[in-house]
This record gives sequence, C-alpha cells and structure tokens, in this order.
Amino acid sequence: VRGKAAVVGVADAASPTGDLDLRGRALEAAMIREALDDAGLEPSDVDALFAAGDAMGLAEFLGMQPRYLDSTMTGGSSFEFHVEHAAAAIAHGQCDVAVSVYASTPHSDRKRGNGGGFGGGRRMPPMEASGFLWEMPFGLRMPIGGYALAASRHMAVHGTTPEQLAEIAVSTREWATRNPRARFQDPITVDDVLASDMVSSPLHKLDCCLQTDGAGAFVMTSAERARDLRKPPVYVLGTGSALSHMSVSSMPDLTTTATTRSGPAAFEMAGIKHDDVDMLMLYDSFTITTLLLIEDLGFCEKGEGGAFVEGNRLGPGGALPTNTTGGGLSYTHPGMYGMFLVVEATRQVRGEAGDRQVPDCNVAVASGSGGVLSAMSTCVLGSEAVL
Amino acid sequence: VSDEAKATRFEPPITPEAEPFWEASRDQRFVLPWCTDCGKAFWYPRPVCPVCLRPNVEWRPGSGRGEVHAVSVMYRPGNPMMADRVPYAVALVELEEGVRIMSNVVGIEADQVKVGMPVGITWEPMSDGRHLPLFEPEA
Repeated sequence: VRGKAAVVGVADAASPTGDLDLRGRALEAAMIREALDDAGLEPSDVDALFAAGDAMGLAEFLGMQPRYLDSTMTGGSSFEFHVEHAAAAIAHGQCDVAVSVYASTPHSDRKRGNGGGFGGGRRMPPMEASGFLWEMPFGLRMPIGGYALAASRHMAVHGTTPEQLAEIAVSTREWATRNPRARFQDPITVDDVLASDMVSSPLHKLDCCLQTDGAGAFVMTSAERARDLRKPPVYVLGTGSALSHMSVSSMPDLTTTATTRSGPAAFEMAGIKHDDVDMLMLYDSFTITTLLLIEDLGFCEKGEGGAFVEGNRLGPGGALPTNTTGGGLSYTHPGMYGMFLVVEATRQVRGEAGDRQVPDCNVAVASGSGGVLSAMSTCVLGSEAVL
Repeated sequence: VSDEAKATRFEPPITPEAEPFWEASRDQRFVLPWCTDCGKAFWYPRPVCPVCLRPNVEWRPGSGRGEVHAVSVMYRPGNPMMADRVPYAVALVELEEGVRIMSNVVGIEADQVKVGMPVGITWEPMSDGRHLPLFEPEA
C-alpha cells in the first residue's frame, strides 16, 4: 500500500470567534467543494465517500452514487482510520477518488439554542452491557475525567509534573500565534496554565481543548492520477490502527495507549525512522493526550515524555515541531479533531503552511485518538522526495 | 426507608447480567463475576467471560479491598445531579482480585486521596433499596 495513494485536496474551516456561518450538510458540502477545487477535481470524479457515522445519508444529500462507502466512526480518530481505509481501497483498485468530510458546529449551535451536541451527532453510550454504565454513577466529568485519570496515573508512576503538561499547552499556543484563524492567538505561560481553573485534577482549564465550530475535508486518489492534479501529491506512506478499550475503566494500562501498536505499524510500512519525521500532528484533546502520543510513537521512552516536552521542543523553532496550527488546544476543536491533523500534515508537506511552515518538510505524521485514548490511528504522509 | 426516596445521583438500571450484583447490594454484600473456565474475576458484569467468551459466569464474594490506581478530583460536576457534591474524588480502584472498578473515595478530603492508598468498600443507599459501592481509606 505504501505510496500507492496520495492526499490531493484539503480544506478546513475555523474562525477566531469560534463560530462558522454554515452548518450541517451545507458546511460539509462547502468543504468537499473546496477540497475538490484544491485538487482540481469535480464531484463527478468521486467514487468513494467517507464520513464518521452516516456516509449513506451524506451521499444522497450530495447527489453522489459512490461504489465505495465507509462510515467508520471511532470518535476523534475517525479521519485517520479513513485515510488508512481509503489508501488500501485505492491500492487494491476498489475505488479511484475518495473524499472524507467532517463538520460540527457546537459553538454556534449553543447560541442558536440548538443544544450544541459536541462532535457532530455524538452518540449516547449504549445502555446495554457497557462499561459506561459502571462509570456514570460516580460522576466522572466526561471527556476530561478519563484523561485526568490517565494523567493521575502517569504522574504517580513516572513523576510527570503539572508544569510539564503545561509546557505542551504553551508550545501549542506559540504555534497558534502564527495562525490567523486560531481561536486563541495570545501567548501563554506555564504559570497561566497552572493558574487557570482546575477542572478535573490534575488537569486545568488550559490543559483542555477548545469547543469551537469547525469543518474539513480531504480528497485522495491513486499515485498515478495524483501526479496530473493541481497540487503536489502528498503520499500515504504508512498507516496503522489499534484499539484497546472503550471506557477508561477498561483501559489496560492508563499510561500507555494503543498508539504503541498503530505507530510502529505505520512507521514500518512507511520505512521511516524517528529521525526522518519533520513534524507531528498529534491529537491534543488534552495536554496529556499529546504527551502519551509522543511516548507511544517512540520519540522518547515511556515515562520520559514530561522531560521531553520541556524547553519548547514542540514549539516554533523547537527540534520536533508539533501541532503547528495551534492544535485542538488553541486552533479549533469541534469534537472530532482528527480531520485537522490530516489537513495540516498535508499542507506542511506541500510547503504551503505560511508563517507556521516547517522548513524542508517531507515527512509528517498524523496520529489520532478516539474515544477515551481508545481508538488510535497513525498516518505517515510524505512528499515525492521520500517516496 | 423513606417512601419518597429520591435518587441523588445517576442510578443504573438493573440489567440482566448484573442482577446478582444489585441483589447482593441490598444486603451490602459485595460480589464479583468470575469465569469458572478461566478461574478469574472480571469487571464490569457481562453475560460472558471477556477472555474466553464462554457463558460460565459465577458470582463470588469479593474482598472489597484494594488500592487507588488513579484518581481525579471533580471541581466541576460530571452531571447536574452531582453538582452539590463538588469537589469529589473519582477513582479507579484496583481490587485484590485483580480487577479495576470505578468509584468514589469518600470519608476523606477529596484532594487527599492519593494513588496507592489502601481502600475498603462502603455503601451508599440508593432510592430503591439497592446500594452503590463506594470506597474509603482503610483504617
């Protein structure tokens, strides 16, 4: 599958106010139109449709009659799963042009009095035999509580500190200062993070992602066809996915995610080592999420993530540029943030990220997390130079 | 037992696979599901063993003792029914039987609950005569 498919079109929408004008299917359609324009393709070229939950209803709305349909819904990581599935389907000739789309407007929906469902049709936990049933009586605030328990364990076992987690929020905000569409663009300090309200210990308000409107889409096609399109192809070099649990009380090891399986699988398929990676797009629902992903992708030993992120290593000018949009912490987070990982990784490899461009970026890794550190998926994207 | 007992937090429905658990809780007895084939306890209750998938599940008395595996203090409630309890400690408790269960640790200031702390079971009455298993520091 390595290098057989490429991302050829991307689009995303977010605003400093947190609000978008469009919503629902209209917003999804706008993103698809923009991503197709980016690629130089038309809706009639699309023969594979991907959506987190309801690709069938979406296809009808869009007037599409695809031959390949994928409604994979793993929460925030859905779109990394979509990249993996689309790359395999394209490599095996099951489809030619694949589109994945996401739109969610919890920020403006709340003002409109529409409830503001976080995530875009996020489902209630099923009430049959389910881990959630045995968590709900105890008032764990979700989703933060699950991540807070992981952070609690990581601190107890590895000595990770609140200051080290705060460093992640600070570096990520530094990137956001270079992104005119980011929700928050003013720099913050470690002290600011620690002084923000404690929500679920040990996580403060500024350890948490935003809740904004946001939307995006990407288009993939075969490597051959990609070379004739508008923008330089961004090849899918490797993918990997893994699941370890759904509810946090069933997480086998609170300090280790299934990215320890998805990451090596993706790196092996891509044939890359850590030194080859020019930038990372890591799911940052909370600061602890980023820290766990860095460790689990193998950029440092388990337990050493806290020390690793010190000194702005992840920020502008740092050795390992990470979450260059400002991430879910400062750019946008409409509930299922994984779409924005793919979009930005693609732009970085193309060299079109403007003030936040990582120099000579040929290999970008997007690693998503869905559920409560549950469904993990990693994609390695690369330029023609590393194909 | 008051006639107009009202639920003061989310009370799970009695699902078929968990009936033995809730029945025992009426007498404040703590029981755990075991797979008789694997010889191991598991949590949460399921009609089949989550290792071998066989339906040979037996309920056995649990020790009710364990230690705090991870803890988070909620300064904002997890749902509106919990609003008057903040701050409260939500913990994953690793039981002696080797299973991990979510609960609240009570009988101590919430921010004094620490990972590794030995805890034992205590019960909070529910509105319908059942009891909810909570934990408190072991004396």
